[in-house]
Amino acid sequence: MTILLAKDNVEEKIAMRDVYCQSLIEHAEKDGRIVALDADLMNSLGMTSFQKRFPERMFNCGVQEANMIGVAAGLSATGKVPYAHSFGTFATRRCFDQIFLSAAYAKLNVRIVGSDPGVAAAYNGGTHMPFEDAGIMRNIPEITVLEPTDSVMLRDLLQQSTQLYGVFYIRLLRKPAVKVYEEGSKFEIGKAIQLLEGTDATIIATGLVVSESLEAAKKLASEGVSVRVMNMFTLKPIDREAVVKCACETGAIVTAENHNILNGLGSAVAEVLAENAPVPMERVGINDLFGEVGPTDYLQQRFELTAADIAKKVMKVIGRKQSNATGILPEKTNVHQAGKR
Amino acid sequence: MITQSRIEELKRFARQIRLETMKEFRALGFGHVGGSMSIIDLLAVLYGAVMHIDPDRPVWEDRDWLIMSKGHAGPALYATLALKGFFPVSDLQTLNQPGTNFPSHCDRNKTRGVDMTTGSLGQGMSTAIGVALGNRLDRRKSYTYLVLGDGECNEGQVWEGALFAAHRKLSNLIGFIDCNKKQLDGYTKDICDLGNLAAKFSVFNWFAQEIDGSDVGQIITAIEKAKLQQEQPSMIVLNTVKGAGCSFAENALMNHHMFFTREQADEVIAALEAGPEGANK
Repeated sequence: MTILLAKDNVEEKIAMRDVYCQSLIEHAEKDGRIVALDADLMNSLGMTSFQKRFPERMFNCGVQEANMIGVAAGLSATGKVPYAHSFGTFATRRCFDQIFLSAAYAKLNVRIVGSDPGVAAAYNGGTHMPFEDAGIMRNIPEITVLEPTDSVMLRDLLQQSTQLYGVFYIRLLRKPAVKVYEEGSKFEIGKAIQLLEGTDATIIATGLVVSESLEAAKKLASEGVSVRVMNMFTLKPIDREAVVKCACETGAIVTAENHNILNGLGSAVAEVLAENAPVPMERVGINDLFGEVGPTDYLQQRFELTAADIAKKVMKVIGRKQSNATGILPEKTNVHQAGKR
Repeated sequence: MITQSRIEELKRFARQIRLETMKEFRALGFGHVGGSMSIIDLLAVLYGAVMHIDPDRPVWEDRDWLIMSKGHAGPALYATLALKGFFPVSDLQTLNQPGTNFPSHCDRNKTRGVDMTTGSLGQGMSTAIGVALGNRLDRRKSYTYLVLGDGECNEGQVWEGALFAAHRKLSNLIGFIDCNKKQLDGYTKDICDLGNLAAKFSVFNWFAQEIDGSDVGQIITAIEKAKLQQEQPSMIVLNTVKGAGCSFAENALMNHHMFFTREQADEVIAALEAGPEGANK
């Protein structure tokens, strides 16, 4: 693993979907096993370029996600390496049983790409807004769940995925991401990355809110609060070692994700903490709600996914850590509110 | 043209498969008897006369594939594979026992010679299409044979695949529907009427045929016709009897999964061992 961090976290010029399509074409040039499938969303992802270059190796299945996953599994049984795409909602919810049995239980070799994660579904609204996709996939034994943070990571993970075997769910932003890594970075699937050092608390973040977490930490640093930021781009298998290390070294954890806090990163980290290092923890993410329509920046505010929301949770968790140290029990109201969910 | 002696040989093979399948079930006293027994004449033809397979190389790249989408017919497929030499016939007695390689439903990772994991109905249609596409991409001359249940055709995924395979002109895919007229809860016509399945597949632009699924000669002829197609996948609707060759299953309305006594099983086995005169079919 080689990590080169970008000096400035600014929006990239290239869209993630373009990086995905270009990379896949590059790999397909060298590797005849690679094939692509879609369920009538080729134009949305930009895979028409792949189809033009490899007309025999692009299978647009039409609007039939269940069949697409089964076809991908069958192709892989003959040695092909299929990448099957739909929006994250449909790539998971509509074909969970096919992914579970035809691909994973059958121990075949399939990559499922779910685009427009969480609030990035924006103007397509609640019907198309996956707050649960990664959580659904996390239920499948032996699967790998990835959420590339920016174009540098996407390129590297895609390259790695061409050489690996198994079922992968790749949660893909189509739009430009905020730059976090410099070219030359090499990532290790299953290993979290420390983006900022800190001692008072750790933010463990994935996807679109990684940059928000960095902004929150920098703002808190200016106020004298030292916050560590980790990028947990592999939801499964989760880096247990990193979670425990952060808990032991900083004594407080905040998770941040563009996903339901149930079954997503918040749950995954909580499971590790509860079993290994129970420290105060807060979760930033979708608080078990359905999506709704609007621009991404509005939705980030609506669902409390901004740097300010993250900073607030960090201060809260630090408060709890200090209260615990003085023997004060957690507020009863918190427990009560949690029970309502 | 197939000779009469070859037909008799395949009938004998079918009887042997029925016998070994019943012995598998006898060891447990329960199982998916109906849908296993109804598909055995097809399995005898495919593995006895049609498919290019090699028991010494079960994952040989150029082999023909069989996707048993109605995965609950696993016991019949296992008996067929054992008789073809993929593993010892005695292994069949471990069906559904702890740690077995022979589970109720087909598992490609457990059983030598099983090409696909199936059991959640409808899914074999799509995996078979994937296999056929992959082999065509690699210019292999192999065929993919797909076995669906009639009740299975309730599943929407079957019809997604039906559209897609025809659109892709998958002539190396030859499907069969084990039309035994019953599903778990009773007669298909009473639960969710399938109507004329051959006509439906024909309208979906498959080369569709409907035959007597217990007549090995008709099965061979239908497969030969299917192989002449260059632009269409084929579907052969097999009119079968659920539980065929097992009197207590044939006579029961609810025979998808059933319990029976050792005496009942012994009676069926004795009849099958006695040969065509002794068998009740």
